[in-house]
Amino acid sequence: MYKNLRWKVLTIFAVLVVFGGIGVYPILADRYQWPAPGWLKALQLKLGLDLKGGVQLVMRVNTDDALKISTTSVSEQLREALTNSGITPASISVVPPATFRVEGVPPANDAQFRTAADEIAGTNYDRNPLAGGSYEFKMKPLVERALREQAVDQAMQTIDRRVNELGVTEPTIARQSDSEQLIVQMPGLTDVARAKEIIRSTAILEFRLVEAGPSSKEELLKQYNGTLPGDMEMLPGTGAEGAGVFYVVKKIAPVTGQDLRVARPGLDENNQPAVMFELKSAGATKFGKLSGENLGRYLAIILDNKVVSAPKLEGRITDSGRISGGFTPESANDLSLTLRSGALPAGLTYLEENVVGPSLGADSIRAGVISSVVGLFLIMLFIVWYYKLSGVNAVIALIFNLIILLGLMAYIGATMTLPGIAGFVLTMGMGVDSNVLIFERIKEELAAQRGVRAAINAGFQRVFLTLLDTHVASLIAAAFLFQFGTGPIRGFATTLSIGLFVNLFTSIFVSKTLFELELSKRATPSISI
Amino acid sequence: MRIFKNPNYDFVRWTWHALVLSWIVIIAGGLYVWKNGIPKGVEFTGGSIVTMRFEQNPDLDKIRAALPGGGANAVVQSYGPAARREVMVRVPLVGAESGASLSAAADAVVASINQAGLGPLSGTCSPQKPANCVSGTQIVGPTVGRELTRRGILATVFALAGILVYIALRFRISFAVGAVIATVHDLLITLVILAVFRFELSLNVIAALLTITGYSMNDTIVIFDRVRENMRSMRRDNIADVINKAVNQMMDRTVITGGSTLLAVTALYFFGGEVLKGFAFTMIVGIITGTYSSVFIAAAIVVIWQRRGPARLAPSAAVAPTAPAKKTGKRARAS
Repeated sequence: MYKNLRWKVLTIFAVLVVFGGIGVYPILADRYQWPAPGWLKALQLKLGLDLKGGVQLVMRVNTDDALKISTTSVSEQLREALTNSGITPASISVVPPATFRVEGVPPANDAQFRTAADEIAGTNYDRNPLAGGSYEFKMKPLVERALREQAVDQAMQTIDRRVNELGVTEPTIARQSDSEQLIVQMPGLTDVARAKEIIRSTAILEFRLVEAGPSSKEELLKQYNGTLPGDMEMLPGTGAEGAGVFYVVKKIAPVTGQDLRVARPGLDENNQPAVMFELKSAGATKFGKLSGENLGRYLAIILDNKVVSAPKLEGRITDSGRISGGFTPESANDLSLTLRSGALPAGLTYLEENVVGPSLGADSIRAGVISSVVGLFLIMLFIVWYYKLSGVNAVIALIFNLIILLGLMAYIGATMTLPGIAGFVLTMGMGVDSNVLIFERIKEELAAQRGVRAAINAGFQRVFLTLLDTHVASLIAAAFLFQFGTGPIRGFATTLSIGLFVNLFTSIFVSKTLFELELSKRATPSISI
Repeated sequence: MRIFKNPNYDFVRWTWHALVLSWIVIIAGGLYVWKNGIPKGVEFTGGSIVTMRFEQNPDLDKIRAALPGGGANAVVQSYGPAARREVMVRVPLVGAESGASLSAAADAVVASINQAGLGPLSGTCSPQKPANCVSGTQIVGPTVGRELTRRGILATVFALAGILVYIALRFRISFAVGAVIATVHDLLITLVILAVFRFELSLNVIAALLTITGYSMNDTIVIFDRVRENMRSMRRDNIADVINKAVNQMMDRTVITGGSTLLAVTALYFFGGEVLKGFAFTMIVGIITGTYSSVFIAAAIVVIWQRRGPARLAPSAAVAPTAPAKKTGKRARAS
């Protein structure tokens, strides 16, 4: 028995040292400037934004955009292929988000058209014949789902890079449980407006040839007798000199932002702010071909479907270039940042914005912690008064509970939020209840004229079954809350689940060992309860 | 030390009174909610909250008058202790939720207060800038609340269903139904009381509601566990006596656990600060009704069920059908 007891005490001691070291020491070290190794500091329990202060943005990725971009690109490829093989359908048009129509295919070319179409669009689109030599191409559901997934993933990565470039420490970018919503948390950030703008700018950069312009809308339409050819579109200009004018440009973009290697702010020949960029080698080859074949023409630099500038191609350009056109130093800086981090595959819609000033968070954490400690202290005082020495055991078990819980939370990298604290409160409540249940049972057993040792054993054994039922039931509830709940509810469920396991350990194992320890020191078994 | 010396109260006798009382509270509260609605936090309704800290003592009426549209739909109230000179302004959702315009309403609040010469407010509060600053903004678009409500309800329903199955397997169907109805009862009563005291349904209050769901369930299972144990030694006795004995045996524990947790959340209510006030209030109501419902709702349903239904001793392994549960409820209402 004694040997057994020694092992139990050692186990408890080891658990306490490990979790106390991970969960409690870094907090104290942080507060009182004690020495602590970096890896231990990194483990410190993180505070949620509601406690620490910062900005939380909830946004939806408009994945329809990504489908539309992909569909447009496939339909343009088809148009090019058809033009090259001399087939001229009446029109090719995109029906957003994921369908395009080819209308009026000449009956003579029908078989040839179908071969060409299947080659280009066959893998990702279902072809449905319509009346009058028309066809509808609808994206296959599996492809559509994969593309949407990919868009959300890419958006996450892009936002991650941008937020990091903004210099935010420890940002979190998470997906709201398999929806198209993203949660971005930026602790300590205060310039919300700029952050929102930078995160949201799609920054789709394209280089396309100018067919006509700059001019007014009506003027340009007149040049084409009212309707633009199918492979061209009209885009507005932007910036200082481009405001109010329009350009007719090719739909196809030979070089895009994806070909960029690096972008940085700089100055143009007039000492105006500009964005300098360098291209990857594949991009440089494409750019060289584009500029070499079109010397003397104008090249539109298009950002988010607006023509930033349209310089004349004076020579063959390969691996580097410059975008100028009415930038301020800040906007040149921000554009370089977004270009470096890559384009967003789809637009974003902000759903929710939450700014917690650091002082507001600090106040609520101080008040919350102080009152929780006061509450816990009152409970402990009462338990010691009511249960005497046994009450001391319960209090020790409760403190262990708290320390292990803090340690485990820090270890799994959980974030402490207000709902998480609610989970703490419920855990502590159940911890108190477990001890009360055991002690009341021991009292009953003692009243039934059992010996002290037998009463303690029976008390723990019998109550263990009760605790098993209450804890398993709570775990089941917590599991469902985690599965279906949103962020804060999940935080609650996480804390609660961990707390339940810890509570079983402390109220059964730790408390029982303490009783055994006291009994082992006495010649005649007695109990103070 | 014992609080109750061999208590022997006949709790089951009060079953019907308790059921009627609960129905009265729920129906009266339901009528109140139907007439006045549940005050919902910005998380559910959408809208903007701006919390500002001033250097001079802020005049709420002047701030309201300065707001766009004379503050007709706005809520203006002081926030936290008066010494902090903090004011919270809540305005309903303006315009579309798309793009950067999400924060338009919040920006307008700050701008109009500055225009009226009440600030000037600038920047976010920090230790370097403790006053005349914005200490927090919360802006929620209209779709968020709907999603939050949907997922919250879904989570609760599934959690309750999971517990129903577990208790049915470990105890009996009647116990499972009793426990789940008692928990739903607690949620309803707490919601109703929150509405009457005009506490806003915020995320923190939702967290508290989840906590009391857990607390109530725990309390009920503890009582049921003792009932199950007594059933083995009291095979000849009827269910009412078995339950009465179990509840009486657990009296000390019920009072101590309920009392001490109540003590802790009361401390939270008084000293926990503005953010935790709603949370603590919900917990106080929930602990009281959770303790009450374990005996007077959960156990009562078992008594009613077992008296009328076939007396089975072996724990049932079947999943509880939901129809009998409704029947029990109807009977309670009919009386």
